[in-house]
Amino acid sequence: MATLELSIDEDVAVSPVKRTRRLGPLFWAAIAWIILVFAAAGLVGVLPLPSPTDMDMLERRAPASALHWLGTDGLGRDELARLIYGARISLIVGLCAPMIGVTIGGALGMLAGYFRGRLETLVVGSMDVLLAFPPLILALAVTAYLGQSLLNLTCILGALGATHARILLRELLPNVFLPLVAFFLLGVAVFIVVEGALSFLGLGVPPPISSWGSMIGEGRESLDVAPSLAFIPAITMFLTVLSFNLIGDTLRAFTDPRQGAL
Amino acid sequence: MLGFVARRLLYLVPVLVAVSLLTFLIASLLPGDLAYVILGDQATPEKVEALRHDMGLDQPIWWRYLGWLGHVLQGDFGRSFRTGQTVLQAVTERLPVSFELMILAEIIGLAIGVPLAIACAVRSGSAFDRFMTGSAFGMLSVPTFLSAILLIYLFAVELRWLPATGYVPFQEDPVGNLRFLVLPALTLALAEWPGIMRVLRSDMIATLQEDYIAMAKAKGLKPSRILFVHALKPSSLTLVTITGINIGRLIGGAVIVETIFALPGIGRLLVGAIYTRDLIILQGVVLLVAAGFVIMNFIVDMLYAILDPRIRYGHA
Repeated sequence: MATLELSIDEDVAVSPVKRTRRLGPLFWAAIAWIILVFAAAGLVGVLPLPSPTDMDMLERRAPASALHWLGTDGLGRDELARLIYGARISLIVGLCAPMIGVTIGGALGMLAGYFRGRLETLVVGSMDVLLAFPPLILALAVTAYLGQSLLNLTCILGALGATHARILLRELLPNVFLPLVAFFLLGVAVFIVVEGALSFLGLGVPPPISSWGSMIGEGRESLDVAPSLAFIPAITMFLTVLSFNLIGDTLRAFTDPRQGAL
Repeated sequence: MLGFVARRLLYLVPVLVAVSLLTFLIASLLPGDLAYVILGDQATPEKVEALRHDMGLDQPIWWRYLGWLGHVLQGDFGRSFRTGQTVLQAVTERLPVSFELMILAEIIGLAIGVPLAIACAVRSGSAFDRFMTGSAFGMLSVPTFLSAILLIYLFAVELRWLPATGYVPFQEDPVGNLRFLVLPALTLALAEWPGIMRVLRSDMIATLQEDYIAMAKAKGLKPSRILFVHALKPSSLTLVTITGINIGRLIGGAVIVETIFALPGIGRLLVGAIYTRDLIILQGVVLLVAAGFVIMNFIVDMLYAILDPRIRYGHA
């Protein structure tokens, strides 16, 4: 507290200038990690991996070995293979949901903004209704009724994303490209987390398909004997979400000098 | 002020009606006939038909909606066909748990976020500030269920200081109640403080450059008084905004946290209803949670108007 006597103004005046035009090593590390995840998920058919669904009851929770690089899970399935197949789910949901959202929300937002009048009232009103549900509650309710499948999950989350895309596009369309990419990347992070939460609760993609969320959920049961089963997918997910956030935030800072401090 | 409240209340009515309609439509239009769910796969078509008739499922959908809405307006949300409990009973029983959890979480979140924000704003640009801002950014990327298992692993499995799951009511055993709630509340708070800290920090940096702060310094006021009274006051609106925005995420987070820590709250009721396909409970809980969320947002709007007269008298 005593440092209040120091002049605060100078610090503030300097910091945004330093902060803006710079892509630090962290940014490139994030890019590298995302490329790695994409490559692994894309090349999963080519990689010499054991099957992610074959169970081996004699090799349950086995430690890392030449055959199972990250060991096996509680049902004797290869952890690394499940991790990489899980990356596919996270990326599919994470990328497609905001795409659907930006498309629907963007179209509605532009129409509403252009035609105004009753159409605008209707669009804004119906978005207000969707926003009246806490997001996760709506996602849970709709998946519960529609049944669990990758397609359903993606569409529902996409509809959720639409509510926010509308606001963004209506405000920003005139000068959007970079803000839109930033919004999209931050959206990817959000949807990877929501997919993870649903799968963690056992309400995301149905088993035996592996997803990071369901792997963490299964690993939770054996935290005392094999904590790595929960922590490996957890760390992978954290790094991925952090990377998307970092890249998105850096791009946003580029385009939005006003909020350099935030 | 009264006119403002009345206008806002009037706007609530169509939103709530639309919310009830959407909740009902989701439950009714999508596959999975309620009668089959109740009777199971083995049921004969005659039995299913009879039950459909009893429950009014053979009526046109708008008629069913009006009937349901009529009951809801009289406080009758239906009864679980699995446990026989009414929705209202089930919800009122579990509401205190969820409220206690969310309020504790918000208090812990504010207790971490506000002092950190002030400390960072005062030394903005310093190593401490950069470190804390970075940590807050990192924490934003940690989903609730990750921090939950991390905390369980640390405090319940390794250190064995706190229980991982379970619950006792506050009236029976206040200390035990808090012991059960510490980890869940902390889990939620870990997701709350970065948002609070980041927004409040940039708000405070701007405030600290105002002339009246320089004036207060010149008058020789104590730094603590300047920071906590003069500088924090204009940020009260920001704090209300963040808290308002957080409510939705807090409710979602509570669903996950209650499930992980086995707390008998609304969230666990909802997830349980999904697992057992108890559609009546599900429909009732979703409607009540959405209505509660809308009303809480209304209260936040009102708080704005109280804190900032411009909103009351402006265009609304």
